[in-house]
Amino acid sequence: MALQSLDIKARSATTTPSPSARETMEVAKLIDISKCIGCKACQVACMEWNDLRDEVGTNVGVYDNPPNLTAESWTVMRYSEVELEANKLEWLIRKDGCMHCADPGCLKACPAPGAIVQYSNGIVDFHQEHCIGCGYCITGCPFDIPRISKKDSKAYKCTLCSDRVAVGMEPACVKTCPTGAIVFGTKDDMIHHAEGRIIDLKSRGYANAGLYDPQGVGGTHVMYVLQHADKPEIYNNLPKNPTISPMVGLWKGITKPLTSFALGLLAVGTLFHYVIKGPNEVSKDIEKEFENES
Amino acid sequence: MNRNPNDLVRYTASERANHWAVGMSFILLALSGLAFFHPAFYPLSLLLGGGVWARILHPFIGVLMALLFVMMFFRFWKLNIITKVDKEWLSRVGEMVNGDDRNMPPAGKYNGGQKVLFWLAAVCMALLLVSGIVIWRVYFSALFPIGVIRLASVAHAAVAAFMIGLIIVHVYAAIWTRGTIRAMLYGTVTRAWAKQHHPAWFRQITGGGK
Amino acid sequence: MTNHWVDIKNADLVLIMGGNAAEAHPCGFKWVTEAKANRNAKLIVVDPRFTRSAAVSDYYAPIRAGTDIAFLGGLINYLLTNDKIHHEYVKNYTDFSFLVNNEYKFENGIYSGYNKEKRSYDKSTWGYQKGKDGFVVTDPTLKNPRCVYQLMKAHYSRYTPDMVNNICGTPKDAFLKICEMIAETSRPDKTMTIMYALGWTQHSQGTQMIRTGAMVQLLLGNIGVAGGGMNALRGHSNIQGLTDLGLLSNLLPGYMTLPGDAEQDYDKYIESRAFKPLRPGQMSYWQNYGKFFVSNMKAWFGDAATEKNNWCYDWLPKLDKGYDILQVFENMHNGEVNGYICQGFNPLASAPCKVKVSGSLAKLKYLVIIDPLTTETSEFWQNHGEYNDVDPSKIQTEVFRLPSTCFAEEDGSLVSSSRVLQWHWKATEPPAEAKPDADIIAGIYFKLKDMYKNEGGAFPDPILNLTWKHRQPASPSPEELAKEFSGKALMDVTDPKDKTKVLVKAGDQLNGFAELRDDGSTSCGCWIFAGCWSEKGNLMARRDNSDPFGMGQTLNWAYAWPANRRILYNRASCDLTGKPYDPKRKVIAWDAAAKKWAGSDIPDIRPDAAPEEGVNPFIMNPEGVARFFAIDKMAEGPFPEHYEPMESPIANNPMHPDNPLARSNPAARVFKGDWETFGKADKFPYVATTYRLTEHFHFWTKHVKLNAILQPEQFVEIGEELAKEKGIKGGDHVRVKSNRGFIIAAAVVTKRLKMLTVAGKPVHTVGIPIHWGFLGLAKNGYITNTLTPFVGDANTQTPEFKAFLVDVEKV
Repeated sequence: MALQSLDIKARSATTTPSPSARETMEVAKLIDISKCIGCKACQVACMEWNDLRDEVGTNVGVYDNPPNLTAESWTVMRYSEVELEANKLEWLIRKDGCMHCADPGCLKACPAPGAIVQYSNGIVDFHQEHCIGCGYCITGCPFDIPRISKKDSKAYKCTLCSDRVAVGMEPACVKTCPTGAIVFGTKDDMIHHAEGRIIDLKSRGYANAGLYDPQGVGGTHVMYVLQHADKPEIYNNLPKNPTISPMVGLWKGITKPLTSFALGLLAVGTLFHYVIKGPNEVSKDIEKEFENES
Repeated sequence: MNRNPNDLVRYTASERANHWAVGMSFILLALSGLAFFHPAFYPLSLLLGGGVWARILHPFIGVLMALLFVMMFFRFWKLNIITKVDKEWLSRVGEMVNGDDRNMPPAGKYNGGQKVLFWLAAVCMALLLVSGIVIWRVYFSALFPIGVIRLASVAHAAVAAFMIGLIIVHVYAAIWTRGTIRAMLYGTVTRAWAKQHHPAWFRQITGGGK
Repeated sequence: MTNHWVDIKNADLVLIMGGNAAEAHPCGFKWVTEAKANRNAKLIVVDPRFTRSAAVSDYYAPIRAGTDIAFLGGLINYLLTNDKIHHEYVKNYTDFSFLVNNEYKFENGIYSGYNKEKRSYDKSTWGYQKGKDGFVVTDPTLKNPRCVYQLMKAHYSRYTPDMVNNICGTPKDAFLKICEMIAETSRPDKTMTIMYALGWTQHSQGTQMIRTGAMVQLLLGNIGVAGGGMNALRGHSNIQGLTDLGLLSNLLPGYMTLPGDAEQDYDKYIESRAFKPLRPGQMSYWQNYGKFFVSNMKAWFGDAATEKNNWCYDWLPKLDKGYDILQVFENMHNGEVNGYICQGFNPLASAPCKVKVSGSLAKLKYLVIIDPLTTETSEFWQNHGEYNDVDPSKIQTEVFRLPSTCFAEEDGSLVSSSRVLQWHWKATEPPAEAKPDADIIAGIYFKLKDMYKNEGGAFPDPILNLTWKHRQPASPSPEELAKEFSGKALMDVTDPKDKTKVLVKAGDQLNGFAELRDDGSTSCGCWIFAGCWSEKGNLMARRDNSDPFGMGQTLNWAYAWPANRRILYNRASCDLTGKPYDPKRKVIAWDAAAKKWAGSDIPDIRPDAAPEEGVNPFIMNPEGVARFFAIDKMAEGPFPEHYEPMESPIANNPMHPDNPLARSNPAARVFKGDWETFGKADKFPYVATTYRLTEHFHFWTKHVKLNAILQPEQFVEIGEELAKEKGIKGGDHVRVKSNRGFIIAAAVVTKRLKMLTVAGKPVHTVGIPIHWGFLGLAKNGYITNTLTPFVGDANTQTPEFKAFLVDVEKV
């Protein structure tokens, strides 16, 4: 089976099923933080392939530049200096960007039909032509990834190079990564690859090495190999157990159709009240009382 | 134009204008808000020119409505202070809904139900304004932590839904009680209407009269 | 590199020291991650800073900038005292057993023959004891106290772990842990590779640092084997090609050397370079110097070069001294230079002590810049506010800017660190008036030629007689130039054993330097490149990456010099009988049946030299073996000794606390007036080191939006302890000043720069990236070399950019 199908599996603000006759394999990008040298080649590849040019900023006292994700920076490296043991400094460098959740909070939150889609290969993609710019995707995302552009008020984020994957190529960041810290393939293969890396890391003294594929969001299609999988938060606040916020669940879950139904019921109820009870008119007595005056 | 000098003035022209300005804002907001509320209502966004325009205009209309409502609030809040009679009225609201107003205590300019609606509307307006500002992405969301934005999103949706229900009741009550709508349209009601529905008010403005 | 990039994947241990491969060579660093992932290799990083390389290392140790010889000397001491050396290797393939001249001495930090006034050595005592047969006397028992092994052991016994800790500030346990890890590779089936770069070269004793690293590798038997070697990571493309083609002022192509003033006689010039073997049966390949030289002169002067006129030897300049970059700017500073043609170089930013360079350029009558970009040098006369505060009305230098092409705008070859000549093709047309460098030089050449022809002048001969056989004389093609340096037969070249057998027909391209002749029958512009464009075609353009042995040698990918050999000295990977020390990593082996050497690489030995002949692996050395004792090859002594950087935070050299002469490199050249520009620790208490960032390439990419986005603004790195002391927070702006000037930059406060304790006192390090200047799309900034001292390595005169003194204050 091919990786490159762009059949849509889920679509924002859409209540009917998407085409699902064809089956495709799920893809995943695996980022091995223990191999990452923080060279930012992935940032350049992302900017080049996607024709993005962020502002030339300033140095704010760290290597991180641009200092945060923006509508023009879909991936940034985040550098953390960590000393878990005395005199054992670690410089943990995490490539941040969309995790392509199996259960995407952005898609759940989005009110615009088709502005956010999830392909059957697992890629979550924003279709800006349908985006209304409300920013609900930001509210829905457990990883704080989407950004609204100041230029057009549309939401942007990593597409996992869905346009490249669609024609059988790996994402641009994967292609450019000089150390092979970023790899791409089927999700199964990537999990298998990660297992090998974890064995290697354990042999080097990282007893808690592991794969970051958080189940709270149904697993992700961008995964990390972490030296310290027990402490994802040391990697510049990678959430430990990310889930779609219960607030978002409450806001976008079953309550919505129920509330809609209730309001409909209320409106219909008034009609029936009118029909059954009749209008609340002035009584004949009082009416007569005043008829003479006029 | 008032061709019947016997009719009673219930609302001045500016009061009516204020009410309808709030009302129209509310309708626009409710419809565009529903469009974001559930996919089934998304086509309603076309009323404001499509999704993007709906997203742009909705908060501005909201602010406008809030301002207009503040004006209205200061016009009417004294008349909506809940009294003992209102509590009595409210305790018998079931009878009223059932179409039997014989035992209802005499209502003033507003009955207990109207007053409760007034205060609930005021509270909803305040909550919608505050939560709406928090989720107004273009200008304000960046100032708030994500948890607050999420809470505000839920609050905005919940309060709006409640308020839509409230306004459905409000509108229906006006339709059901014949002769009411003209009060907000022309400003006047018949003396009979006043005596029937708001006897205490009728006594107050006619000095006891008939 | 003795080995090559891909070969790093064959290593068991990688030592990155004096370099930061992950930062500066991220693509090549891939092979370190391959070794780690597939061979379970370990990576050690020793650096003043916890670098991007350290971020993925298995073990990191800090070191004070400029003290690497002490660290490596301590390592040598550890290996010798713990007997962790490859015995068979050092005994057979190095000078361990060679006896040294009895007059040679080393006392209190100074070698025999020192001249204090000239700051140089008379090296006549730095030699071997020779027998009546002219060969070096050896003692295979290694008992003789004058043998290299014994002298070396005594020399490095002073480098105890405590001394290393005292000089380098490296914690003793970290140092010993690294020694232990490295010592394991003394086993024949374990190898370590050393990756270094400018972190070793840019010191006043940089060459000796590299030598010390090489000595470690020899002790461990790690030279000539797969996954081993001394691997210099070159920065620019094409800096390897630049040195190969002899663009340094004292070199001719292929590492031949220009004659000195005293060498007016051609025969003596050749004789003194065509070394005779110093041990029986050795190849001493430089014996062929004459063939390389004559072929080179034929390439330059064609028919004008004849045996009668000594192949135009008299037309070559004879050096009175080296004309390295520091010397040239010193001359310019003294008003001795009228014009300067500056091609592909930005000395205002790249050379030390900006104020001196700027003042020197202002004394020129004219300056010609050949560069694809506007450079700080080309605009040195413009006022750019605080970043370049000069008064243009006071600068009379006439500046000509000749825009040239970038690598992607022309065909040609680049030589990688792996010594691989790789052809590349033009990707796009050059913009506007930009022209290839060859066209620009051709233009200047024809103008000069016309002027000499029409107006005469002193010594016109070399210009008038230069060979210029190009189809379009104004635009020599890269193909023609490549064929010229690869070489061709001018007459039939015959087999010396059988004169009737023609090896190469007249007019044909040569197959390699073995076909070069000193009778004028061959022409070759760079002997080590010979064969890269043979009658088989342009071998540099080959793109076959098949790897039949799985060793990553890929002999059909482009062309490596010399002779397409990928691992130098690979004969040393086998024992005396020709069997590989590690059969799993076989590079070559003696095939007794076929009577030849063969394997995954081109043998670095005469292919039919049977092991019994005793031809040793280091064929370029007349000894046939590798030298621990450098004889007279180094300026400051045969064994590397730790000297402090010219600007050091401590008062004396802990190795020789009572000898001020041995505080810093006694043979380093310091120009008159420059002593006064050196700062002292009382005013400038912090050690500064300059370096490159992965986001930028020198001073070029600040013109590129993408790179400017990634590192927009000049910064310096300061450790948390120092920042706390000075009240500096990350993102604050700080002034960093040396005795030569100051820069202002954003502060990056980091845990990655730790305070070290050196000679009992705390020493802080300030890290200063180099990439900013007053031009480009990135935020403009100060030129880092405003701060650096005008002094270089005693051998190469490479400036000491890696260790000097500064002070820091919050702005």
